[in-house]
Amino acid sequence: MNKEIERDTVKIPSVEANKGLHIEEPLIFEQGSTDRSGVDLPKISERPDQLGNLKRKNQIGLPGLSEPETVRHYTRLSRNNYAIDIGLYPLGSCTMKHNPRLNEVVARLPGFSDIHPLQPPSTVQGAMALIKELEEWLTMLTGFPTIALSPAAGAQGELCGLMVIRSYLERQGNPRKTVLVADSAHGTNPATAAMCGYETKSIPSNASGTLDLQALKSRLDNEVAAVMLTNPNTCGLFEAQILDISNAVHNSGAFLYCDGANFNAIVGKVKPADLGIDIMHLNLHKTFSTPHGGGGPGAGPVAMTSALAPYAPLPWIEHSTSGYTLTEHLGNHAQQSFGRMRAWHGQMGMFVRALSYLISHGGDGLRQVAEDAVLNANYIRQGLHKHYSMPYPGTCMHEVLCDEQSLKPVGLKTLDVAKALIDKGFHPMTIYFPLIVSGAMLIEPTETETKKTLDQFIDAMITIADHSSPENIAALERAPIHTPRRRLDETKAAREPILRWSPNNKIET
Amino acid sequence: MPEAKYTKDHEWIRLEAGREEAERTGIVGITNFAQEQLGDIVFVELPEVGITVKKGDESATIESVKAASEFFTPVSGEIININDAIIDDPGLINSDPLEVGWFFSIKLSDPSELANLMDETTYESFVNSLR
Amino acid sequence: MRYLPHTKRDRELMMAKIGIKDINELFNNIPKSALSSFAKTLPSHSGELEVTRHLQSLANINLAASDVPSFLGGGAYRHHIPATVDSLIQRGEFLTSYTPYQPEISQGTLQAVFEFQTQVALLTGMELANASMYDGSTACAEAVLMAGRITKRKNVILSGGLHPFYCDVVETLAQFSQLNIEKSRPEAPTRGHHDTVTLEKRINSETACVVVQYPDFFGLIRDFSQLGDQCKKAGALLVIVFNEPVALAALKSPGEMGADIVVGEGQSLGVGLNFGGPYVGLFATKTRYLRQTPGRIAGQTEDLDGKRGWVLTLNAREQHIRREKATSNICTNSGLCALAFSIHLSLLGEKGLSHLATLNHEAALSTAEKLGNIDGIEVLNESYFNEFTVRLPKPAGPLVETLAQKRILAGIPIRRLYPDREDFDNLLLVNATETVNSSDINLLAESISEELS
Repeated sequence: MNKEIERDTVKIPSVEANKGLHIEEPLIFEQGSTDRSGVDLPKISERPDQLGNLKRKNQIGLPGLSEPETVRHYTRLSRNNYAIDIGLYPLGSCTMKHNPRLNEVVARLPGFSDIHPLQPPSTVQGAMALIKELEEWLTMLTGFPTIALSPAAGAQGELCGLMVIRSYLERQGNPRKTVLVADSAHGTNPATAAMCGYETKSIPSNASGTLDLQALKSRLDNEVAAVMLTNPNTCGLFEAQILDISNAVHNSGAFLYCDGANFNAIVGKVKPADLGIDIMHLNLHKTFSTPHGGGGPGAGPVAMTSALAPYAPLPWIEHSTSGYTLTEHLGNHAQQSFGRMRAWHGQMGMFVRALSYLISHGGDGLRQVAEDAVLNANYIRQGLHKHYSMPYPGTCMHEVLCDEQSLKPVGLKTLDVAKALIDKGFHPMTIYFPLIVSGAMLIEPTETETKKTLDQFIDAMITIADHSSPENIAALERAPIHTPRRRLDETKAAREPILRWSPNNKIET
Repeated sequence: MPEAKYTKDHEWIRLEAGREEAERTGIVGITNFAQEQLGDIVFVELPEVGITVKKGDESATIESVKAASEFFTPVSGEIININDAIIDDPGLINSDPLEVGWFFSIKLSDPSELANLMDETTYESFVNSLR
Repeated sequence: MRYLPHTKRDRELMMAKIGIKDINELFNNIPKSALSSFAKTLPSHSGELEVTRHLQSLANINLAASDVPSFLGGGAYRHHIPATVDSLIQRGEFLTSYTPYQPEISQGTLQAVFEFQTQVALLTGMELANASMYDGSTACAEAVLMAGRITKRKNVILSGGLHPFYCDVVETLAQFSQLNIEKSRPEAPTRGHHDTVTLEKRINSETACVVVQYPDFFGLIRDFSQLGDQCKKAGALLVIVFNEPVALAALKSPGEMGADIVVGEGQSLGVGLNFGGPYVGLFATKTRYLRQTPGRIAGQTEDLDGKRGWVLTLNAREQHIRREKATSNICTNSGLCALAFSIHLSLLGEKGLSHLATLNHEAALSTAEKLGNIDGIEVLNESYFNEFTVRLPKPAGPLVETLAQKRILAGIPIRRLYPDREDFDNLLLVNATETVNSSDINLLAESISEELS
């Protein structure tokens, strides 16, 4: 794959494809060239190298663009994206709240952004102080004394949680064999349990959409290491029997793991440690506003009881009379840690942003966050319940769940509702999740949306639901029509995978 | 065409005609209901020829755009032949799940297992109860 | 509070609509015993000025690499990131957008991911790459697990040249799998030392993969082609790991050496040091292993009008569909960091990247020369890209600490990463990128010289 980029054989989109402010933009491989660059560098001195006779002899084939071309290319691409900065993302369980700009400024302070993870600890005491301060806030909010900050994302946080539990149990002599997972759980839960060497068994939900306590009790035995649940759960409901659940789990010698994806509903109102939970992860990119960045990076710190603390992953950052210390290896101090989950200390850039968010809100602001998030979701519930069937009617927490029952007689599918919303300027809600509800639509507005936006969303949803004529249905099945691309052929993408550009890829205008 | 038998997991088996009792072989696949539920199938992984499987073993994997599913062997036996056509064109499973979209053929080690499977009428009522 | 738009009136209207008088009626399901007003005991909200003041005071305590000569490498590298990169990734459409699950309104992200995947495949000399992983170390662990799935074998051999923290991560993340991780004893890169020969001897019919680093942790560059052949003969996979992607521009590609999976850290380009995170894991492999590849992947397709576009594809590998049978539990990738990497690489292009690589190597050549001229110091590597190991006549740890107090970040005492190796006490890992100039190098040499006399 080391050929020259064959630009001349490829057709670049013509200006006829442009539509006003929307400009068709080819790939960098279709416009750049190997001899162009947007960077000026000092002269090289042509000394003999010491590359061990492995100096590269051929071209890589990477295109380069001048700075103006680069700016245009990516600016044009960005205009094909929806974003929180543009409008509402009512994605259930994602908590797409406003990303404060102050967080971006403080994360870029050179004292945080330009320090190397292996600098002598004496030169980065301020960074370690920040990490401990974030831990203190998370302790105050969750009630857990120990926070492991290194997991890179929620899924890694879950893995951390299960590894801590397994390490504890192994030390007792028996790691046990199974993890019970709520049937409404996110796919990361069973995937994580499998990575930890556990078999997963499902606990059904009851008719009210919460965990079936009796079913849980009947499945608890001395082979269950942990029970994983989300609270509030993925149906948007608070597990009211949480104290009974945790008692039952503890009585069988197992641990209760809480997936903290929905923490936004209860932050500042209740501490999960007071609900009998033993260990949980938090998503800094959900509750704590760090930006989603088109797919990441996230951060998934894990909060745990003092019984589990000795097993927390490396490194440990601690405060002593001589300042902040970093423990990077298993040894006399961190004997029982289950190991290191990643090369460095954690997602420092996200820590700075999250701490900025926490200090900005304070305790009063955070409580208001939960109250407004829950208020907004119930306001939407009130506005939609006559038009969309809801499997679990009644008060919800920060997200409201609809299903496709009311759509069926009209001939609509959940997917069509989602695509129709796009044409109206909204990102769709979460669809087809949780799996226990047919054609699920999980709507989470978050607290940073105005009443006006909520009213507009409700109106849009009602308009879509009330389309009962065949012509309107047919139109909805073709949605979206106003976007730069219409429905894309996902079957073709999977059956004939083209996962990179290569000189043979031709495009048509 | 001999009658097919069905499992609760929406697999079918059809015995090949004209064989003696001791040499019963059948071909297997997934039902129309299964392919509807899965949506457009993009990939299928079939077992190796020559291996022995037990009834209920996960012996093939089917992937669609939005889902993945395991294929559980309806009967025990030895895999004789696999259908390369569906590897090259998984869409055949969607367009013709009962004939062209067959998965593999198997030499039955215990033909009495067939008695526990559903016949066509029973399977159809079963599917109707799910819809 | 500036991020919460509702006025008192808004809330009243909304509560009236719902039919409640007090917001706490919506929190009735929380056990009364657990509900508490603890939030009142926390500090109350702060304006931007106070927040900035506080965080600035913490930042000021740290010694930033932008302020002092810095020769730190060891898995994270300081390069100049062009102003355009940070400016573009701060566009709200990139910064505040979600995972591109609704492709019609995410073509910006998806096209950028497709370009990124291509760049990574080209750079590593492999057939395909995914949309990125958390970082190089977790990408390495995922590669090991993948090799286990593909070969259905249990033994994994980690070279002594693999970054010690990467070794730790592989061991940690694989500890509950069926895999048996065999580490190797690392040796300082004295002339004539080649551990690839011993690695080859350990490959057998139970080996799932051999994992090597290029250049290795000590900076040494070795040809793995023969190792690749031996792996192939034995049916094992060759996993090549890199910490410094700029090195790949100067060297023969891992793909050409017969790698089955190439993984590494992309932080050098676009991302910055950030005290260790967020970073971006690069993951590249062969088409035949596609279905066992973890992580998100973007693929090209057409829309209803026949126009080219992109979607996340082959989702059936992933956790949200496959659940406990998924290739990995990974959900997030490192989206914005991957974008930054891609933008930086687009700005550099072939010409710029190649030039940058040469500048890096020359900076290291100059630094090695200056240090080698000091009495008592020996540069151990016979080959290196932008970092190398020196042996000092006394322990490196205290020397580095002293120089740090003098505002020079002189290198990494290798013993820090190998606490059990007393014989590494005098070894220092020195890195030099295009960000150090001749006066920095002179200052480093003079300061070390002073400390040694």
